[in-house]
This record gives sequence, structure tokens and C-alpha cells, in this order.
Amino acid sequence: MSRNNTVLYLVILALALIGPYVFPAYTQQMTVLWVMVLMASTWDTLGGQMGYNSLGNITFFGAGMYISAIVQISMFYDVAAYTSAFGAIKPEFTVSQYYTGLFLGIIAGGVGAVALSLFFGTFMFGLRGPYFAIGTLGLAVAAGQLTGTIDYIGGGSGISMPFFPGEIEFRSLFFYSLCLVLAVAAHFLLRWLYSTQFGLAINAIRDDEDKAEAMGIPTLKYKQIGWGIAAFFMGCVGAIFGNMVGFIEPVEVAFPTATFGIFMVAMALLGGKGTLWGPVLGAVLFHVVKEATWTYLLGWQWVALGLIIIVNIVYFQQGIVGWLQMKYPERFGITVDSSNVQSDSKGGTA
Amino acid sequence: MLDNLQLLFVWAPVMNVQLILDGIFVGAVFALCAYGLALVWGVMNVKNLAQGDFVIMGGYLAFAMHQWGIHPIVAMPLVMIIMFIFGWAVYRLIIKRVIDQDMFVSLLATFGLSLLMQQVMNLIFGPEVQIIDSHLPVFDAFDNFVTIPSVKIVSLVLAAALAVAVVLFMKKSRTGQAIRATAQDPRAARVLGIDTDRIYAFTFSLNAAICGAAGVLVSVIWVIQPFYGIVYSVRSFAIVTAAGLGNLPAVISMGFGLGLIEQYTGIILGAEYQVAAAVVMLLVVLIWRQIQMRRSRQVVR
Repeated sequence: MSRNNTVLYLVILALALIGPYVFPAYTQQMTVLWVMVLMASTWDTLGGQMGYNSLGNITFFGAGMYISAIVQISMFYDVAAYTSAFGAIKPEFTVSQYYTGLFLGIIAGGVGAVALSLFFGTFMFGLRGPYFAIGTLGLAVAAGQLTGTIDYIGGGSGISMPFFPGEIEFRSLFFYSLCLVLAVAAHFLLRWLYSTQFGLAINAIRDDEDKAEAMGIPTLKYKQIGWGIAAFFMGCVGAIFGNMVGFIEPVEVAFPTATFGIFMVAMALLGGKGTLWGPVLGAVLFHVVKEATWTYLLGWQWVALGLIIIVNIVYFQQGIVGWLQMKYPERFGITVDSSNVQSDSKGGTA
Repeated sequence: MLDNLQLLFVWAPVMNVQLILDGIFVGAVFALCAYGLALVWGVMNVKNLAQGDFVIMGGYLAFAMHQWGIHPIVAMPLVMIIMFIFGWAVYRLIIKRVIDQDMFVSLLATFGLSLLMQQVMNLIFGPEVQIIDSHLPVFDAFDNFVTIPSVKIVSLVLAAALAVAVVLFMKKSRTGQAIRATAQDPRAARVLGIDTDRIYAFTFSLNAAICGAAGVLVSVIWVIQPFYGIVYSVRSFAIVTAAGLGNLPAVISMGFGLGLIEQYTGIILGAEYQVAAAVVMLLVVLIWRQIQMRRSRQVVR
């Protein structure tokens, strides 16, 4: 099993590395693919593993984007003057200024998103089940609407980000590798976390939160950590995405509740929630199908998206990996460490 | 902001009359949508995120009929019938299969439905903001400071009549009794020979019809646009969460309250805060409920 996994990782890594060289015209799409893999995987930390179905993780995406924009611009310019000029100021960033700004912006985006998640978590985690989903959806919609009213960061008309000091091919490769590194880091971090006590604790919260609390698990702490991890990656990827797009605006780019916000849920469910590989598989499948068919649907693509979500939810709830686990339990099922089982049976629980 | 406050309370206090009237007219529509949501939520435990899109769909049906020359007030029963049939179809295809599952499943399925309906309406009617001109007279009062279109009064009366009709139906008719019995205990209702599946279908369709009627009212007193649905859903959720299920007086007063809050926010802070006001209200209600529950060491579930 582990040898197969190594082979699988190597194959994916090889594909990811040669991808932009073989199909240079599709680098942007492949970058978005890694963004989506990251989004689906981190959504699954809460939605799949912990049973807290958030519809508002996109809040941290937008928050990271705006925080990084403020950091990057304010290092060398006055943000209010910059945004009130509506792009009339063409800022000259030197190469070193740009990269330090970008680096600090990504870090600040991630850290700021974590701070926000800790703050929102204090009152959001008292909500259970559907109330949590509705509350977080409200959070994302409110964030988009309220950001649009702040003139300091450009209000509804948005901010244009600093220009990339380099050639366009190198620019797309640069952002591609940033997103790839982030997605891979997130995957391995989550893989390790799910194998630790943290993974067991959040699974216990999903299965029965009251019992978990009665067993002495500090549930609020674990929930905060889980959301914080998701928020950190969403904030970082938001910062990168904002720089990649070059222009950020509250409703469509930073807080897109109806596109990325629902895509990440749909992808995790399509692949199978509560599994490590499900969201990855779902994201790849969803993105490939979307990119391949979207342009031929002529306006009906969003209708198709709604249909996909409904059919997925109503008729194919367990997702691809969930279905595989059910169909071929000996190949894909959850393996139980036999040494643990024996110690359990001695204790009389088996 | 201070200027606006001054305008309201020092220079032209009579503007408050306008705001309060508008708040009540709009609040009646909110209360209707929220009542429909509370009905579905209470009876079949489905949280319908497509609620607002049912409203907008009703508005667009009235808009289409208006283009064929049918007056929206006349079109209202027709729209309700069409929405009832639509609701039945949605129940058969989607809701029936998610009803006995995890609550998030129904939430997400209706969210998918909401996206689908938005986009279909967008493709058919285009993304422009539409309004139906009802050609009814407009009254002025207080030296033209306050304008009261008579269509708003008509719509308020219609909303009230509809609410009374639904309440009477729930109280008196056999079907209404069956719905209430199913809400109390579905299993016992089934044992006593009530076809709960049909009751669920009827409840969901009734909700769709109420939403359709509310949509007709929205299209004559306000504006409709394919993507405005989510705000109506959020408002309905805010009202129902604050008022609780099956508490009709609270739903109505919360509806009026939300209408007033939105009107005042729109004037005092600016029109761009009006949507945000509805959403922030939902968050405030959720947090307030949590604080209440925490006193008895409970959580909102």
C-alpha cells in the first residue's frame, strides 16, 4: 500500500512538473487546478473530517487577498491615495521590492486569515449542523458586501495589484509553482494531521460532539485549530490568487460565494468527503470537466453546475472515493492497525 | 452619516413616516416568505435555501404575464398555481430523496437548486433589474414629503389576506390538521393513516405557492433580478431563527422589524449597506440565540 502511494505521489509530481512545459498555453488553468485542490482539501478538514459543513471558507480567501494587497502596497505607497486614484498611479516596484512585498503579503494574508478564523470561531462554533452552514454563508456574503463599502481599499471598484517585474511566461510559471508548493504542503500537512491524535479528535467531534466533550476532548480548541489550518491556506492562496489575477474586487474576485465558495464543497463531495484523496480527485475531475465543457455550453454552464451539485447530493452522496471504499473495502477501505485492535479486545471493548 | 441622522430627526422628521410605511410594506413580504420557510422547516425539517429564488421566480412569472397584458394582481392566483405545481415537481425530484438524511444534505441540495434557478432565470429574462408598472394611482401626503403608491397598500392587504387564509387553512381544514399532525410526530401520523409523503409534497408546494405570491408583490412594489434571491433566503432565515418555528405573531413582527431596519440602514448608512444589513441581522440573531442557549449550557442545533 505504501509503495503504491509513493509511486502515485511520484507520478503526480512528475505530471505537475512537466505539465506547464508540455502545455504552456494551459498554465493558468493548471494553476487554478492546484488552487482548487487546495480549497477542496482544506474544506474537507472541517466539512468531511470534523462534520462542520462550512459554506463560508471563501471569507478567508478574500481576507487573505485584501490583507496581502494592503501589505504589498502600503510598504511603498499610501494605500488610500493609491486606491482613490483608480489605477491612475502606475506604481513602479523594483524587482526586490516586488518579491519582498509578495512574500510578506502571502505570510500576512495567511496569518491575518488565521486571526480572523480564531475571532469568528469563538461565536460560530456554538452553532451546530445547518446553523453553522447558514451562519458561515452569511459571514461570506456579509464580508463581500461590507468590503465593498470601505473606501480605503477601493470599495466596490477594487484595487489593481502591483505589476509583475518579469516576462509573462515566467510570471505564469512563478504563480504556478507557488500554488503547487502550497497545495502539496497542505496535502502532506493534512495527511500527517489525520494520522495523529488530532485526526482522531476531529473525527470524534464529527461522530458525536457531546460524547467527545464528555470524554474530555477540548472540542472548541480542536475546532479552532482545524478552521485555523484551513484559514491559513485559504489566506495564503487568496494572496497568491489576487496577485495572479492582478485586479481584485470584493464580490466577484475576493468573496465569490457562488463560484469558488460552492465549488470547493461540490468538489469535496464529488470526490468523497472525509477522505484524504477524495477532495483531490474530485477537484481534478471537476476542474477538467469544467474546463473541457464550459466553453461549449454557451451560458448554460452555470445551469449545468447547479444540476451537477443536485445530482451529486441527491443520487451520489458518498462520492467517488466513498463509493470505492464501499465497493472494494479490501483495496480502498480504512485499514485498522491490528495491534490496536488486540489491545482493545484485552480491555473488553471488542 | 450624521448628516443623514440630522436630516431624519431634525430637518424633516416627516421622512420617518415614509420609512416606517415602506418598512411595513416590505416587511409584509418578508413575513410571507419567512412563514413559508417556517412551515417547511417545522413540518419536514428541510431548510430551503432556494426560498428566495422561489420568490424571484414568482416575480418573473408575473413579469412574463404582465408582458402578455395580464395585470399582476390578477396574475397572482395563476402564479400561485404554477408555483404550486413547480413545488410539487421539485419535491418529487429532489426533496423526497434528501428528506430523511443529514440536514446539511437538504441544505446543499436546495443551494444547488437555488444556483440552477438563478441561472435559468438569468438566461430567460436577462440580468437586468426589472419592475412591473401597475398603473395604479400614487397618493401624496405631508406636502409631497411622503408618497404612498396605492399598489403598496393593495399588496399589503393581499399579503394580510393570504396570511389569514393560510392560517385558517392550517387550523380548520382536514389537510391542515394532517400537516400539523405530521409536524408533531410523523410516525404516529403514519400509523393513524395519514399519507405523510403526500403531506410533505403538499407542504412544500404550499410554501412554493406562498413564495410565488410574495414574488408577485415584490415585482410590483420593488424590483426583481435573477440574483436577488439569496438575499430573500437570508432574510427568511434571519426571521425564522429569531422568531422560532410555528410562532406566527413573532414571524410577522420580525418581518416588519427587519423591513424597518433595512429601510433605516439604507437611509442612515447608505444604500450600499442595505443587503449587508439583512445578512448582518442574520449573524446577530444567530449570535444572540447562542448567548441565550449558552445560559442553559445548550447549543443552537
